[in-house]
Amino acid sequence: MVQATSSPDTTSDVGTEAVPGARHDGASPDAAGLGRARAAAFVVPSMVLIVLFLVLPAAWTIYLGVTNYRLTGLAAAHPEIVGLDNYTTALGDDRFLTSLGLTLQFVLGSAVIGQAFLGFAIAWTLRDRRGPMRRVVEAFVLLAWILPGSVVAFLWIALLDRDAGTLNAVLHTPGAAWLLDHPMLSIIVFNTWRGTAFSMMLYSAALGNVPPSHLETAKLAGANTWQQLRDVVFPRIRGHILTNLLLISLWTFNDFSPYLITAGGPEQKSEILAVYVYKVALSGGQLGFGSAISFLMLLINLVLALVYLRMLGRRKEEA
Amino acid sequence: MAAITMSGLTKVYPNGVRALNALDLQIADGEFFALLGPSGCGKTTLLRTIAGLEVASGGTVQIGDTDVTGLPPGRRDVAMVFQDYALFPHMSVRDNIAYPLRIKKVDRRTRHGKAAETADGLGLAELLERRPAQLSGGQQQRVALARAMAYTPQVFLLDEPLSNLDARLRLEARTFLKRLQRDLGVTTVFVTHDQAEALALADRIAVMQGGRIRQVGTPVEVFRRPANTFVAGFIGSTPMNLIPATVRDGGIDVAGAVLPIPETAGEVTPGESITYGVRPEYLDYSPAERAGALSGEVVVVENLGSSSLVSLDLPGDAGTVQVVVPEGDEPQPGDRGWVVPKAGRALLYRDDELVAAPIPAQPAGANR
Amino acid sequence: MNTTVSHLLGRIGRYVFLSAVLGFFAIPLLWLATAPFDSTPKITTSMPDFALDNFRALLDNPYAVESLLNSVWLAGGTAILVVVFAALAAYALSRVRIPGRDALLYGLLLLSSIVTGTATMVPLFELAFRLNLIDSRLGVILIMSGGLLPAAIFILKDFMDSTPTSYEESARVFGASPLQIVRHIVVPVVRPGLATVAVWAVANVWGNFLVPYLLLRSPDKAPAAVIMYTLYTEGGQADLRLLSTFSLLYSLPVVLMFIFVSTRYGFRFHGGIKR
Repeated sequence: MVQATSSPDTTSDVGTEAVPGARHDGASPDAAGLGRARAAAFVVPSMVLIVLFLVLPAAWTIYLGVTNYRLTGLAAAHPEIVGLDNYTTALGDDRFLTSLGLTLQFVLGSAVIGQAFLGFAIAWTLRDRRGPMRRVVEAFVLLAWILPGSVVAFLWIALLDRDAGTLNAVLHTPGAAWLLDHPMLSIIVFNTWRGTAFSMMLYSAALGNVPPSHLETAKLAGANTWQQLRDVVFPRIRGHILTNLLLISLWTFNDFSPYLITAGGPEQKSEILAVYVYKVALSGGQLGFGSAISFLMLLINLVLALVYLRMLGRRKEEA
Repeated sequence: MAAITMSGLTKVYPNGVRALNALDLQIADGEFFALLGPSGCGKTTLLRTIAGLEVASGGTVQIGDTDVTGLPPGRRDVAMVFQDYALFPHMSVRDNIAYPLRIKKVDRRTRHGKAAETADGLGLAELLERRPAQLSGGQQQRVALARAMAYTPQVFLLDEPLSNLDARLRLEARTFLKRLQRDLGVTTVFVTHDQAEALALADRIAVMQGGRIRQVGTPVEVFRRPANTFVAGFIGSTPMNLIPATVRDGGIDVAGAVLPIPETAGEVTPGESITYGVRPEYLDYSPAERAGALSGEVVVVENLGSSSLVSLDLPGDAGTVQVVVPEGDEPQPGDRGWVVPKAGRALLYRDDELVAAPIPAQPAGANR
Repeated sequence: MNTTVSHLLGRIGRYVFLSAVLGFFAIPLLWLATAPFDSTPKITTSMPDFALDNFRALLDNPYAVESLLNSVWLAGGTAILVVVFAALAAYALSRVRIPGRDALLYGLLLLSSIVTGTATMVPLFELAFRLNLIDSRLGVILIMSGGLLPAAIFILKDFMDSTPTSYEESARVFGASPLQIVRHIVVPVVRPGLATVAVWAVANVWGNFLVPYLLLRSPDKAPAAVIMYTLYTEGGQADLRLLSTFSLLYSLPVVLMFIFVSTRYGFRFHGGIKR
C-alpha cells in the first residue's frame, strides 16, 4: 500500500526530487543562470596564469633537462640536445648523490622523526588541557611556523653563533661552532622547530575525533599510556598520520630555507637538493644540467603527491 | 494576478530522467493550488519550471496572457519562497524584504518604506534590524513571505512552505498562510508531500506520480472520490481500504460478504474482478452481526486520541480492513466485528481506475 | 597508593616535557623580543637596557622601509589577483557543470603541490627572462599567483559548494542578473572564504624568499624577505640595531594577521587538502 502520511525525508527532496542522481550536488546545472560562455570567461583568467606559470615551467623542465643550455657562453645562444647525458652525469656524480643522501637525512630527520613525532607528543600531552599553559605552548610553536623564513633563519644563526650565540650561553659550551661542525644536525633541528606547528595542529584535530569513551574503556581495562596509544588512538588516526607524513615530507623536500642558514656549506656538507639545484643552475649557470636535477625532484614530488591523493581517495571511499 | 496554463509540459534531465511527462494543467486566477505527491513525483520540478529555474524540454507555460516558456525567471513576474527560505544571511530583515525592489531600482527610501509596511502587516515590525540567523523558523518564513510580497508578483510559488517548521508551529503557520493567501488573493502554487497540508490549505490539489498528474480536484473531491487507487492510498491520514472483490448479480462479493453495488459506481458486469474501496472513516463498526457487513477478527487497536483505528483480519486471503471507531466503542483484539460502509462512500476500482457513475451533483468532475 | 605515585610521576613528566618544549620553541624567538629594544643589541639574548633608538636605524638604511613597502605591493597584488581570479573560477566551477571538472581540479592541485618554486626555479627563471619579467614586481606577482591559484580555487569551491543554491535562485526569480547575483549575494556570503584565501596568499608571499630572490635584481625592488637576508650576509659586521628592528617590523604583520584571522573566523584548519 502506498505510504500516505508525511515522508520522513522532508529535507532531502528539496530541488532534487524526481531525478535521483541528476543533480547530485543539490544544485541545478546552472543555479545562477550563468551560462556556459560566462562560466568559461570566469575560469579563463585563472587558467591562463596556471598554464603559464605552473604547467609550462613543469613541461619546460623536461625539455631543458635534455639540453646543454647554460646561462652564459656559447651554449646560452645555441643550446644543443644532449639526450640523457645530464641524467647519466648526475647519477654518476658524487656531489649529486651526496646531496640526495643529505636530502633523505633532512626529510627523515626533520620531518618524519622531528616534526611528526614532536607534533604528536605535544598534541597528546595537551589534549585535555585548557588554560594558559596550553595557549602559551601553542602560541610559541605556531609563532615558529608563521614568522617569515628569512627572519627565523637569522634567529637561528644568532642562536647558534660560535662566539656569542645564546645556545652556547645556555649550554655552557663557549666556542662550539654548531653550524660548522654539525651543519646537517643544525638544519634538521631548525626545520623541526620551524615546522612542528602543522603536525601539532593536525594531530590535535585528529585526537579531538577519538571518542573519549574509547580511551576510558581502555583505561578501565588497565591499559597504560603506550597500550592506549597503540590499541585505541593510532588505529583511529591512521589516516591523519599518513596525510601528515606525506605532506610534511613533500614540503621539507622542497624547502629552500636551509640555504638561508648554511647555504649548503661548509664544503657542501649541508647541500640538500634544493640548494644544490640553485647552486648548479643559477650560481653555476648550468641551466640544462640543473633542469635535469629539477626534473628528478619533480618526479619525487609526483610520487609523494600521488601516494597522498590515492590515499585520500581510498579514505573517501571508506567514509 | 493571473491564471497559469501548462500544456504538454515535459522536462527531461540530461541523464534521461523524465521528470515531467506531457503534463496539462490549469490553475485559475487567485487560486490556492497544491502540487502533492511522494518524493520524486516531479512536483518540485513542475514548480521550478513555472518559476523558470528549470527550462522545459517541451510544451508551454502561460502566465496570464503571456507565454513565459522561454523567459528567464526574473521576467515572469513570479515570486518564489524556497523550502529553506533562502534569506540572505548577510542582510538584515529590512534589506532582505527590500531586495526585490533594489533589483527593480526603486530608490532606497521608497523600498525601505515598503519593506517596513510589508513587515508590519506580517507582525515583523520589531525585527527589521535583525539578521536571519537571529530569527526563529516561523519568523524566517514570514520574512521570506514578506520578501515575496514586496515584489508584488502575479503568482506566488511556495516550495514545501511548512516542512522546515516543527510540528506545533506548523499548524499555526498553516492557518496564517491560508488567511494571508485569502487576503492577498494572489494566485499561489505550493508544493507539498504532506497530504494533510494540501487538504487543509488548498482550493484545489493536483496529485502527482512519476511526472504525471493522477488527479486534480478540490480537497473534498480527492478525499471522497479518488480517481485511482494511487490517489486513494496517498490521500488521507489512513489510506483507503482496497479489497479485492467480485461482481455478482445485484451485489458485490467482498471477502465472503455480499455488499450492495455502491451508488457511486458506473457500469459493472457480473463475474468481473474488481477492487472495493472504502475509507476507514466511512465504515461503521458494530460488535454485533449486521446485514451487508464485512466481518473479521479484530487484530490491532490503535488509539488516535478521540477515536481508534481498528484492524480486522478478513476471512480467506482478502487481507485486512481498517475502521475508525469513536471513543467508547473500541473492541478488544480477538473480538469478532462487523463493518458497514456509509451510504455513498464506497467506491469501485477497475484496473486501479475509479469506476465512476456520471454524477450530475458534481459537475466539476474529478478529472478535468 | 601505587597509582597515586605513578599519577604524580606522570604529572611531573608532563610538566618537564612541556617546559622543555616551551624552552625549545621560545629561546630562539626571545632575541626578536629583546634585541630591538636594547640600546646595545648583541647576538646573545639578554635582558634589554630599554631604548627605542634602534628604530631610527631603519630610517638610516636606504632599503629597509622601502623593502617593506615592496613586500606590501607584492603580497597585496598577489592576494588581489588570487582572490579575484580564484573566486570567479571557483564560482563558475561550483555552479556550472563542466565535463571533467573534478579531474581538472585535482590535476591542477596535484600539479601545484609538485611544481614548487624549488623544483622549477630553472624554467621559472628562463620564463621570466623570455617574458621580460626579470627585475619586475609584476613577474613575481604573476608567478606567485600561478602557484597559489589551484589551491585557492579548491578552497573557495569548497566554500561555494556549501552555500545553498537557493540564495542565487531566489535572487534570480526577483530578476537579478548573474553579475548582480555575484555582487549582492555570492561575494558577501563567501566572504569568510575570500578572507581566508587572501590572508593565506599574503602570508605566502610575505614570507617567500626564493621567487623574489631569483627574479628581482635591483635592491630598491627587493621585498623584505630578500633585504633581510642581505642584511646579515653581505658586507662585514651586521648592524644588529637595524637587523633586530627590521626583523620585528617585518614579522609583526603576519603575527597580527594570524591573530586577527584566528579570533575573527576561528582557526579553520584545512589539514592540507580538505575535501
